[in-house]
Amino acid sequence: MEAYLDNSATTKVSARVVEAVAAAMTDDYGNPSAMHNMGVRAENKVREARELLARLIKVEEKEIYFTSGGTESNNMALIGAAMANRRAGNRIITTQIEHPSVSNTMEYLKEQGFAITALPVDPYGQVQKEALREAMTEDTILVSVMYVNNEIGAVEPVEEISHIIRAVNPKVIFHVDGIQAFGKYKIYPKRLGIDLLSVSGHKLHAPKGVGFLYKHSQIKVKPIVFGGGQQDGLRAGTLNVPGIVGLAVAAGEAYTDFEKKQEKLYQLKALFVAGIQEIEGTKMNGYPGRESAPHIVSVSFDGVRSEVLLHALEERGIYASAGSACSSHKASISPTLKALGLDKHYLDSTLRFSFSIFTTEEEIDYALKALKEILPVLRKVTGR
Amino acid sequence: MYKAFLIKYGEIGIKGKNRYMFEDALVKQIERALSHVEGSFTVTKESGRIYVDTEGEYDYEEMIQALQHVFGIVGIAPMVQIEEEGFDRLAEEFIAYVDAVYPDKNFTFKVHARRGRKNYPMDSMEINKELGSRLLAAFPELKVDVHQPKVNLYVEIRQRINLFSEVLPGCGGMPVGTNGKAMLLLSGGIDSPVAGYMIAKRGVVLEAVYFHAPPYTSERAKQKVIDLAKQVASYAGPIQLHIVNFTDIQLYIHEKCPHEELTIIMRRYMMKIAQKLAEENGALGLITGESIGQVASQTIHSLYATNEVCTMPVFRPLIGFDKQDIVDIALKIGTYETSILPYEDCCTIFVAKHPVTKPNLKIIRHSEENLSEKIEELVQTALDTKETILCGS
Repeated sequence: MEAYLDNSATTKVSARVVEAVAAAMTDDYGNPSAMHNMGVRAENKVREARELLARLIKVEEKEIYFTSGGTESNNMALIGAAMANRRAGNRIITTQIEHPSVSNTMEYLKEQGFAITALPVDPYGQVQKEALREAMTEDTILVSVMYVNNEIGAVEPVEEISHIIRAVNPKVIFHVDGIQAFGKYKIYPKRLGIDLLSVSGHKLHAPKGVGFLYKHSQIKVKPIVFGGGQQDGLRAGTLNVPGIVGLAVAAGEAYTDFEKKQEKLYQLKALFVAGIQEIEGTKMNGYPGRESAPHIVSVSFDGVRSEVLLHALEERGIYASAGSACSSHKASISPTLKALGLDKHYLDSTLRFSFSIFTTEEEIDYALKALKEILPVLRKVTGR
Repeated sequence: MYKAFLIKYGEIGIKGKNRYMFEDALVKQIERALSHVEGSFTVTKESGRIYVDTEGEYDYEEMIQALQHVFGIVGIAPMVQIEEEGFDRLAEEFIAYVDAVYPDKNFTFKVHARRGRKNYPMDSMEINKELGSRLLAAFPELKVDVHQPKVNLYVEIRQRINLFSEVLPGCGGMPVGTNGKAMLLLSGGIDSPVAGYMIAKRGVVLEAVYFHAPPYTSERAKQKVIDLAKQVASYAGPIQLHIVNFTDIQLYIHEKCPHEELTIIMRRYMMKIAQKLAEENGALGLITGESIGQVASQTIHSLYATNEVCTMPVFRPLIGFDKQDIVDIALKIGTYETSILPYEDCCTIFVAKHPVTKPNLKIIRHSEENLSEKIEELVQTALDTKETILCGS
């Protein structure tokens, strides 16, 4: 038996998506920018995809820009917005628990002369609002906060954050990394005050290499990719028609029986969390229940190296992910886990388990049973 | 422009009656190296010379690089070959050759003629003199310098006439296959691939053993070792890599023996297993990347304790090297980048905080008595379940 519990890393592509992607590659394979009929057919596919995605998050179609995935969406949003609004100010605010596609982009912007503030979080991974109020200044041009944290599943108070920052500077641009959240939460950027929203396809059963960025039509963003002027010149490059079609089908599927699917994930999570709590020497990171994301559970294990546990689980066909690799390399300690204020010995003893709608209760049971068998054996060696 | 290459070899030229064996091995290694290069090549042995002839299109850079990976070659001379059609014709070709290879004529030269065929109407001295003066007439900027010429121009009169000047360096050593076989203990680190390279350079065929300890070492760590074996194989020829599952032995030692002695006892068992594999596969020595004092397990006391289990010679070519010297070779042979990939294994779990640096053999042997119940069986299982992969071709 196998248990794939690494759905926050990537997901299996759903059968309907595969079918739609294959059709886009073999039937409607024209270049959507081409003038002839084949081009028009491909363009129509992209238009349909854009229409659907815009409808799902209640924005205008022209506000959707297709990208090569989450990383590019984050890069385009942050670098593009910072560069386009440089005259308005120099400050950018983010958090200490962002994904590397945000935190490393911030490092780049710092090199470009921007002043970056990374906000601390509480032990549950929630942005400290007091710190945000203190950090927020009138010359802050951009704030970037993730919707769901990829390592512990913390859900950030996005709407509240947008109120807090706009009270100080109504013109501040608010970017949200929605890569782990899209399809798990119904995100309506206009209601939540989000100006830029990054989404990735392969986290929700679409292929790798496709994503989109929602950009409020009034927000100025400079392109970071140059070429043939596609997508209003903001993101050049021949559109990835098969990927875009796949992304739309996957999103459509996620939004069918949305609540039912979310409920299923919460129940899987509850089952897993209950099982973990029966195991001695374990510690849940983040909220264990419905205060945090339905598909991510982070657990620290006393006296076990995460990498060893990961490989021991892998031997039984169980796939999870380690926040930090072996501690002989200090650089690989997860900044997120550090920001939570986790005890030092937990930093490289933490695994992330993440679920999808394809995850079954049997998989969860199988993984829990394996953990109960493996942990005592591993602890015999690592405890000393 | 080059259709043929003269392969210069060093040490093997002086091996007396065994010479043909070394030459045949070198020809075989050259053929193996060139089999990976785009193009069609013929390697021939002709009165104490090895030539590579090309046919049709080929990739020059790639070919030279492949030859520079063959142990036993000290130099590679790209040649222009001409037919014997009288001295005037030779002089014309000679001048054209110099003109093509050296567009800038501001240098000193010396002509070295050699007659493989003594019936040529002129002797070497005469050829040198006449070609030199005709070359000077054609390019008056040139100067002759018989003592320290910038460019040596070689003219070899054999069945055909070979013209060459530039000699590209080879990597030296002796052709693989001329000095038996040895078993390399290969880890994912910087040292052991270099050690394997150095012994292979003396003509030794390599086999290798890697001790895998899942779940303490990952699949990626294993893949890294396979990649390293392939990189070494690009010099040493194909390597049989034996992957031995060491986890149970490691756990058993951990359970039964004092922790500060774990590394030494573990290494003793690694050597024992490597030796068994060597015996089974006709290898006559072991190779390790040890260097005195580099880590606790490589102090002279530790080496003494580890070595004690071996009855066959253990070759430690890096024994007197500083780390930087080893790194320099790893960079040169292209294994460094792979070696430093961070799949460093969680073996560190089995390393005591303060391992012994001066192990006492008596005490170690005494500790090993605690293993007597199961260790033979575990070693046998490890040998029986080993996986063998052929790396390189």
